[in-house]
Amino acid sequence: MKVSDARVCVLRIEGTNCEEESYLSFKRLGAKPEKVHLKQLTGTDVTSDEKRSLADYQVLVLPGGFSSGDYVRAGAIFAARIKSRLSRDMVEFVRAGKPVLGICNGFQILVETGLLPAMSGIMTEVPEAVLSTNDSARFECRPTLLRKVNRGSCAFTTKIPRNKISAIPSAHAEGKLMFPVDRSKSIVKELADNDQLVFKYVNPEGELAGYPWCPNGSTENIAGICNREGNVFGLMPHPERVFFRYTHPDWTRNPEGAGDGKAVFESVLDYVSKKL
Amino acid sequence: MAVAEVRITLKKGVADPEGKNTLKALGLLGFEGVRDVRSVKVFVIETEGEAGEAKRSVEEMCRKLLANPVIHNYSIRIK
Repeated sequence: MKVSDARVCVLRIEGTNCEEESYLSFKRLGAKPEKVHLKQLTGTDVTSDEKRSLADYQVLVLPGGFSSGDYVRAGAIFAARIKSRLSRDMVEFVRAGKPVLGICNGFQILVETGLLPAMSGIMTEVPEAVLSTNDSARFECRPTLLRKVNRGSCAFTTKIPRNKISAIPSAHAEGKLMFPVDRSKSIVKELADNDQLVFKYVNPEGELAGYPWCPNGSTENIAGICNREGNVFGLMPHPERVFFRYTHPDWTRNPEGAGDGKAVFESVLDYVSKKL
Repeated sequence: MAVAEVRITLKKGVADPEGKNTLKALGLLGFEGVRDVRSVKVFVIETEGEAGEAKRSVEEMCRKLLANPVIHNYSIRIK
């Protein structure tokens, strides 16, 4: 399918606040994004003109923010609302190989719905992981460096060379990716074997390093993961905030080229143009 | 009507940055002899129906929304 025909659903509810940048990232690359409220998909409290069907879109984006005020746990309420009304549509969407991107709060939502890490099946009934409170117990808003560790499965990073370090900023209070403590090591190994690890927080030398390079204390410095098929991807840092070079903190010293986040959106649109 | 009190606690071995930071702050304020601080979240849920039924439905609520089994334990007390 042509990129210019690719419809992108940027899904929001109350408290979502990164939908504009996410929407524009796809718009600038020639796709057809649309900001859609969850109620438009479930058909509640909306007119017939406003109703939308998830099946009409090729890409789904869960943008960052503080959906439902981060009550209960970050992303938990949005996830509960998706699970209650859209479970089947969601599973169909993923099964059809259509890409789903969760950024920051969106990643938290994907984990809470069980769409990530999804080591068995497409959507697990209970979460297999959690994005827990940062080790610092604070909101961490800072530039972070991510090394791409994915070997090729992830549809969102095909335009980024393996081991390249991208500067993509983080801004979250609950970004520490954790698995059940007693099985954490074997789960991470399984994720690596399945090629589900995508980005890790590193220092400028590309080594796994502690705070502040890793802003949250995440297990093995993991910043982003995908499902086994590579079409569902979640990450805590914000690629949409560095679409242009001039939003990088060092842009006056390195003014040339695109922003490091642009490649994420280019990769997924490339996937859409070749696979859908 | 039944009133359920749900306590969401962190599992053993899971870091509790909120508790640890509170512990540190209490030390800075000069409180002595504070050995540990752990954070706990409590929900008070009023339901229709009798106690046994409430217990079952609140269990389901914990499983589906209130707790994440990866890091949380929960306990329910019907009042």
